[in-house]
Amino acid sequence: MDSNEHEHVIEVTDLRRVYGGGFEAVRGVSFSVARGELFALLGTNGAGKTSTVELLEGLATPAGGRVRVLGHDPYVDRAAVRPRTGVMLQEGGFPSELTVAETARMWAACTSGARPTEEALGLVGLVRRAGVRVKQLSGGERRRLDLALALLGNPEVLFLDEPSTGMDAEGRRDTWELVRSLREGGTTVLLTTHYLEEAEQLADRLAIMHDGRIAAAGTPAEVTASQPSRISFELPPGYFVGDLPPLAELGVSGHEVDGRVVRLRTRELQRTATGVLMWAARAGVELHRLDVRAASLEEAFLRIAREASGAPATERERV
Amino acid sequence: MSTGARVSTGARVSTVTTPAGRMGALARAELTLFGRSKATLFSALFVPLVVPISTRSAFPESDLDEAGLTVGLVMLNAAIGFSLLFAVYMSLTAIFTARREELVLKRLRTGELRDTEILAGAAIPAVVTGLLQSLLLAVGLTVLVDVPAPEAVHLAVLGVLLGLVMCVVLAAFTASYSRTVESAQVTTLPLLFVSMFGSGIAVPMEVLPDRLASVLALLPLSPVMKLVQGGWSGDLSASEALGSMTLALAWTLAAVFAVRRWFRWEPRH
Repeated sequence: MDSNEHEHVIEVTDLRRVYGGGFEAVRGVSFSVARGELFALLGTNGAGKTSTVELLEGLATPAGGRVRVLGHDPYVDRAAVRPRTGVMLQEGGFPSELTVAETARMWAACTSGARPTEEALGLVGLVRRAGVRVKQLSGGERRRLDLALALLGNPEVLFLDEPSTGMDAEGRRDTWELVRSLREGGTTVLLTTHYLEEAEQLADRLAIMHDGRIAAAGTPAEVTASQPSRISFELPPGYFVGDLPPLAELGVSGHEVDGRVVRLRTRELQRTATGVLMWAARAGVELHRLDVRAASLEEAFLRIAREASGAPATERERV
Repeated sequence: MSTGARVSTGARVSTVTTPAGRMGALARAELTLFGRSKATLFSALFVPLVVPISTRSAFPESDLDEAGLTVGLVMLNAAIGFSLLFAVYMSLTAIFTARREELVLKRLRTGELRDTEILAGAAIPAVVTGLLQSLLLAVGLTVLVDVPAPEAVHLAVLGVLLGLVMCVVLAAFTASYSRTVESAQVTTLPLLFVSMFGSGIAVPMEVLPDRLASVLALLPLSPVMKLVQGGWSGDLSASEALGSMTLALAWTLAAVFAVRRWFRWEPRH
């Protein structure tokens, strides 16, 4: 049971989840998370993030595939796993008529090795709201309470399902700061989010999910690098695409023309941009609406969402 | 936010939770909630204390004499039956449904509590209420309305205990097909009425036609009430008592099976 033996704290192999109506929410997902790593599952609503995380949390059994958390099946061996994990569901459930302090006290009594409740509430800045009933909390405060309870037992593994949803900008920064400090302290974190910035800021590695599958995975830099950069501009009057230098020589991997606007895709941004600008300088023309954009996680995300939902539409309809 | 989160995961000097500790914590929270819900307080505390009095004038004493009953015994049966139905069955159905719809049950399942502990822990305040109420009503009626002292206390106690367990499980089962707390007020009605009129709670079994009574004796709460009544009258033979116990246990086990099969821990998607 020595936890350090497990290089991978979370191991997911060909995971599948099918709901009662036959809807296949998770369709063969595999990934692993090393000790101390922060792994983000990114995706649009309905991509299957929560369905996947719930299987890792041991709330349901998979229809296929295998999950191991700290070397155990989180559903079958829950007694072994639960004292070492902390969970924040996408939508926390707390009786609305209990106060923050009463809720925390109840959870602390159900959590092995719980830290003092004031300490946990202090981590998320809720100490001053301790006497307030849960129903009077704002959406963001409820998320903070949920996070505080997930942290009560100093978990080795933390599951955060859209932790900052409903928080204001400041709350989101605070939460990121807290998650970072937990990671520095050695906590393994699995986080889902549909905020790209959140994944970019926090994740060591991430996977983009779409339609129940992982469409791209790697470090934020790797996932970003897999995407082309873009240059777009308006052709000067009297000029056509054919007037540009041969696109292949500029390192362009693809292009499209939309009215007077030209869009170029490239994996060699500097070479392409230089070529285009030199050409414009030589021709003595000004490129209106010039936009040079390095590849970003957002590009990757939007492209995956677009491609995946465009191409296999027939397959989706079958579901 | 502070940096107190930097805690080495290696140093886990910890208090490990126990099932009793976890259920106790949940029971304490539920007790707090119980005290804050006027609707639950009313149906769980007021109804069982007041309704039995109304049965006092429902049957002419001559009819009861013929059946070998007294007004006091009829009221006592009604009191214990209503306590089981209102303080335990109905309030727990509402509580289980409410906690599921508020996603409380789902959140609890992410922690160390086991499934049975969640339901049992949440049921403790209602069960204790039902127990205290039955005790209080029995003592009260004995003092106030010439109810004789029970001839076989152990049977009455056994009946009440079996009834409490059965009502908890039946409440969990009823909650599994109640969508909201409001609809739980409707889904609990069938068992409520069937038990009131068919299990000897509001209408003594003795005033019903024999053949009807022998069928109704198979209802879930009938063996419970029979044990309670037998506890006071003392005229329940050992085999009759055993038969009632078996029937009550069979109903409870059937309900346990149904709960394991159909209970939902989160709202429908």
